Amino acid sequence: MSSARWLPALVMLGLLAGWELLVRAAHIPAYTLPAPSVVAQSLVANFGSLALSWWFTVKVTAGALALACAGGVLIASVFALSPTLERALFPVAVVLQVTPIVAVAPLILIYVDSTTAALLLCAWIVAFFPILSNTVVGLRAADANLRDLFRLYRATPWQRLALLRMPTAAPYFLAGLKISGGLSLIGAVTAEMVAGAAGRETGLASRILEASFRTETPKMFAALTLLVATGVAIFALFNALSRWLLGPWHASESAHD
Amino acid sequence: MPLPQPPARPAAPPPITLSQVTKRFAGGVQALAGVSLAVAPGEFVALLGPSGCGKSTVLRLVAGLAQADGGQVSAPALDAAGASTTAFVFQEPTLMPWASVFDNVFLPLRLLGQRRAAAAALVRQVLARVGLAEFEAAYPAQLSGGMKMRASIARALVTQPQVLLMDEPFAALDDITRQRLNADLLQWWQQQGMSALFVTHSVGEAVFLSQRVLVMAARPGRVVAEVAIDAPYPRTPAFRHSAAFAQASRTLGQALEAAAEPAAR
Repeated sequence: MSSARWLPALVMLGLLAGWELLVRAAHIPAYTLPAPSVVAQSLVANFGSLALSWWFTVKVTAGALALACAGGVLIASVFALSPTLERALFPVAVVLQVTPIVAVAPLILIYVDSTTAALLLCAWIVAFFPILSNTVVGLRAADANLRDLFRLYRATPWQRLALLRMPTAAPYFLAGLKISGGLSLIGAVTAEMVAGAAGRETGLASRILEASFRTETPKMFAALTLLVATGVAIFALFNALSRWLLGPWHASESAHD
Repeated sequence: MPLPQPPARPAAPPPITLSQVTKRFAGGVQALAGVSLAVAPGEFVALLGPSGCGKSTVLRLVAGLAQADGGQVSAPALDAAGASTTAFVFQEPTLMPWASVFDNVFLPLRLLGQRRAAAAALVRQVLARVGLAEFEAAYPAQLSGGMKMRASIARALVTQPQVLLMDEPFAALDDITRQRLNADLLQWWQQQGMSALFVTHSVGEAVFLSQRVLVMAARPGRVVAEVAIDAPYPRTPAFRHSAAFAQASRTLGQALEAAAEPAAR
């Protein structure tokens, strides 16, 4: 058990150590591939500007994800209540999902005045679909016998929604949330890359672009490190949330211990 | 298992009657062709037949979960005020996996508008009756198959129903658990004074439990025989080894065989 817990950390440390040794042994210049220690130095040296940019990216990501949750659940509820509306509108959602965000972002930047709003919209488009499609399935997944039981006791539509459909949909929604959490970060960064935004309010993507123009490779890696850490933190957060909410009863969270 | 005193026996429940009921499924399959039967107040009747003979459909009609295409169905659940007078036990325990045993058993009362605090004493009393007093905080996934079914029956009993409909509730359980639940079920039925309509494909279960067994045949579903089981209650496990049990089982076995389609023989 303890070896299984430490194994991923050991592998990460091993990879970093190997990287460090390789760069030093082969005398690879820092502008080609900086060693982890150089990246760490750059992270400390540029901490002020990187932290500000990180905070901006986190705000866009969190905002887009919150809107994706609200929008996804709301639209899913409408679809669950009206199959006709679902047939009519689901293709629109699919079109939004399959269009590469890098391809649409320039258009959105034309139509939306505020850059921040445009970034939010781009990240939202990427993030809302997993929540929508999962929640639609979850709201329909209630056990047929339980539905009969609710009918037998003349449950009101509100009771059916709150006591049967929403709890049934919860594991599906949380699975969608885990995917959307990472996607909203990717959406926020991708859109900012396309926007190439300059100015006071910019995120980590702009720092990476700037550093790349100036061949400051260590700084690019430093910004990248922050992005990776943020993505992992988002994933860990929703994993913990899912375990906390579903742990006592759902097979996906209770099978392994 | 200590049994607390049952609540005051309710007034005699109204009878269940089906006369010349027909039911056709969407695909055109004739599920029921002219089924007539009656369950007297307080009576225990078993519906015995092969799978696909429409016995579950009969239960769903009596519960108001399905509508007949022809004929007459009269049952308490079909009255406007009858929602709480009928309980249904499914083949699977059909518990809400996200809710504790207590909340699962409380569900019917909650749907009928009762407050949790007000209903707690009744819920605990019923849980004690089915032997789950110590498991009210457990989740269904933590229970054995037999205990899940006990929770499912507790949920049915908590409204103190006048009619108990059961659709092969013990079919998935091992033999020992099943016999134990059969004996317990008879106790609960007698305490409650309710009518029971019990669907099964097991001859032994039908004989052990019921006062009357209706044998159904498939394609189209219809009642082909009726056998009275003349043995007094309470019935003990020794009843399974009596001559009366053997005689009734033989009669029912022959009726089932006669009802089977030629192709299935």
